[in-house]
Amino acid sequence: MKTFRLGGVHPPENKFTANQPIEVLPLPELIAVPLAQHLGVPAVPMVAKGDQVKTGQLIARGEAFISAHVHAPATGTVTKIDEITDSSGYRRKSILIKTEADQWADGIDTGTELVSDTSHEPETIVQKVQEMGIVGLGGATFPSHVKLKVPKGKKAEYLIINGVECEPYLTADHRLMLEKCDEMIVGIRLQMKALGVSRAIIGIESNKPDAIEKVRRTLGGDSAIQVIPLKVKYPQGAEKQLIKAVINREVPSGRLPIEVGCVVHNVGTAYAVYEAVQKNKPLIERVVTVVGRSLSKPSNFLVRLGTPVSALIEAAGGLPGDTGKIINGGPMMGKALNDPGTPVTKGTSGLLVFTGAEAGRKPVQHCIRCARCLNACPMGLEPYLLAQLADKQRDEDCEQERIMDCMECGSCQFICPSGRPLLDQIRVGKSRTGKMIRERAS
Amino acid sequence: MNLLTVSGSPHVHTGESVSKIMYGVIFSLVPAMLVSFYFFGLAAILVTLTAVVACLAFEYLIQRYLIRGPLTIGDGSAVVTGVLLAFNVPSSLPLWMVVIGSAVAIGMAKMTFGGLGKNPFNPALVGRVFLMISFPVEMTSWPKPTAFSTSLTDVVTGPTPLDILKGGLARGEQVPEIMARVPDYVQLLMGNMGGSIGEISAIALLLGGLYMLFRRIITWHIPVAYLGSVIVFSGIFWLIDPTHYVDPAFHLVTGGLMLGALYMATDMVTSPMSARGMIVFGVGCGVLTMVIRLFGAYPEGVSFAILIMNAFVPLINRGFKPKRFGEEVNNG
Repeated sequence: MKTFRLGGVHPPENKFTANQPIEVLPLPELIAVPLAQHLGVPAVPMVAKGDQVKTGQLIARGEAFISAHVHAPATGTVTKIDEITDSSGYRRKSILIKTEADQWADGIDTGTELVSDTSHEPETIVQKVQEMGIVGLGGATFPSHVKLKVPKGKKAEYLIINGVECEPYLTADHRLMLEKCDEMIVGIRLQMKALGVSRAIIGIESNKPDAIEKVRRTLGGDSAIQVIPLKVKYPQGAEKQLIKAVINREVPSGRLPIEVGCVVHNVGTAYAVYEAVQKNKPLIERVVTVVGRSLSKPSNFLVRLGTPVSALIEAAGGLPGDTGKIINGGPMMGKALNDPGTPVTKGTSGLLVFTGAEAGRKPVQHCIRCARCLNACPMGLEPYLLAQLADKQRDEDCEQERIMDCMECGSCQFICPSGRPLLDQIRVGKSRTGKMIRERAS
Repeated sequence: MNLLTVSGSPHVHTGESVSKIMYGVIFSLVPAMLVSFYFFGLAAILVTLTAVVACLAFEYLIQRYLIRGPLTIGDGSAVVTGVLLAFNVPSSLPLWMVVIGSAVAIGMAKMTFGGLGKNPFNPALVGRVFLMISFPVEMTSWPKPTAFSTSLTDVVTGPTPLDILKGGLARGEQVPEIMARVPDYVQLLMGNMGGSIGEISAIALLLGGLYMLFRRIITWHIPVAYLGSVIVFSGIFWLIDPTHYVDPAFHLVTGGLMLGALYMATDMVTSPMSARGMIVFGVGCGVLTMVIRLFGAYPEGVSFAILIMNAFVPLINRGFKPKRFGEEVNNG
């Protein structure tokens, strides 16, 4: 079975919610919709306090080249536009809406029948994806329409669909592949059309045999789309590692996948593209896994964006008394939240609740130069060295040692027997080094 | 509700720790320990215990009264140093010399540099070489192996196979007649020969090495590069002139080579980080060992070879980086 070669680790999978069907979470009374739910420039609000909005109505425009529109996830009244704490931990501008029963904006098809006609012009597809505010739902939230436009001088050969879900605990993509398979495949065909590619590959890790089977069966005789089962290894869901695993091409340092003729989209994004193009439905909801050993009812929910994290945890059995940490995302790359009132955004793939005992770190010891971090690094870097250089603020040496290649997968810190905060230090170094490089360029 | 912990990712950890690694190393040394206790008896047990207790004591005393820092004797690294130091000395060594060796290993080679992880040279080997230079007679009188010996005095001593070889060659004898005086290869492999406490049984050491490989405490690179280069180097000379040079198999199972290749050279603190670097390091150890064995004044060269290569580790780390992702792209 295929996988990437360099580095990688095997954290316990803990996919407790793999058999929990996606449940629709009821709308909360108040939702908070951040203007920056994507990578890039925040969207510009188009509504004001007191305005009535309908479900799916455009409420903020992504005007910059890398930005995305934001739509109203519910019907209601805009109570204010204010700064609230989002999952980054910073206070960011958000539109607060007091909700009422859904009244959908014009033109949105809320029916469930499959629309499989894909005879659209590529430009129409890209435009729809942009209009509907679709971003990468794997977690990076890069605006999808930008990725669907192949830059001049480059050629896309493969669309690679990421159904890896290598983060432990998370099962949102797994459930989506099982329950929305037809729609997802139409979404993939639409993306292929937009990119002008004739081949697509869906990479799924072998710990999801039911999803592999389901997608293969649904594809039937379609030879243009191929499912490749992958040997379980973290971080296989990282773009560069996935490309290496499925077609054995290596994206050069500092470049994008298109350099080797690939565009990678998550399965959730493929489904969102289907909804956007075929149903005219903007990105206003997503599947979120809510999980943790201490939760009484771990679940997969279909949630409207802007719903507070606390509402999801409530629906999953309530916040246990011994909770020590709430993580937005998976345990390897997720962000610890400082407030359960934080809203679900386009990038929220899961919520992980840790007990106080699970929340802590082990005491830090000296580096014993065991080289496990080197062997774990999927980018072939030397985490122990980068952490040292970063700590000493030797930015130029950091650049030389390719600190900017680090994608912060956390494998080094996960494996370190001395419990050293390698990634903490590397992050600081990356931000300093990145700043130095930008200043030099300008 | 309690306050939430906010920290950077990753939020999970393997659960592996320094002490687990160290106790894994100690566990892997058990077969070699049993063989040496069998052949060298109570004396070997006493020397090993003395070295371990002395290493722990020196680490404790230095941390408590000189550095006044946190105490780390529980991490197991001082125990490993103690066992390995004992493994590198003859079982007849007076115990007070063992204590001096431990003081040098822990005090000079480890704590002066800042403790575990900071030392450039393998502490046990520094202790051993110090003893060898200071007490050359006691360090080179090797008790003859006898099963279950409880005697601490009146031990019969005799040369190691490498001593016999060096001595014979110096007298102008040829290899075949010298070899008639050393135990056969099966005996050598089992460990029935004179030598340091822990170095005698190649088979027991290999068993421990396999366990460490399985537990991923070590990787194959250093042992394979080390032993491989010894085979190649000694093999070339043997093929050229088998009357003056002994075959590679003899070199593999005698002296401290197995102990050195599996335990001393693989010490993670004092060996290179990248796989490429480990191979360079292993080859360097192998070549130096053979140069000393074949052309040096000493019959054995493992300790010096590893210590010399330890000094090159920072340079090797600089010169031999891991293979970067996306560096030499070949997408053909």
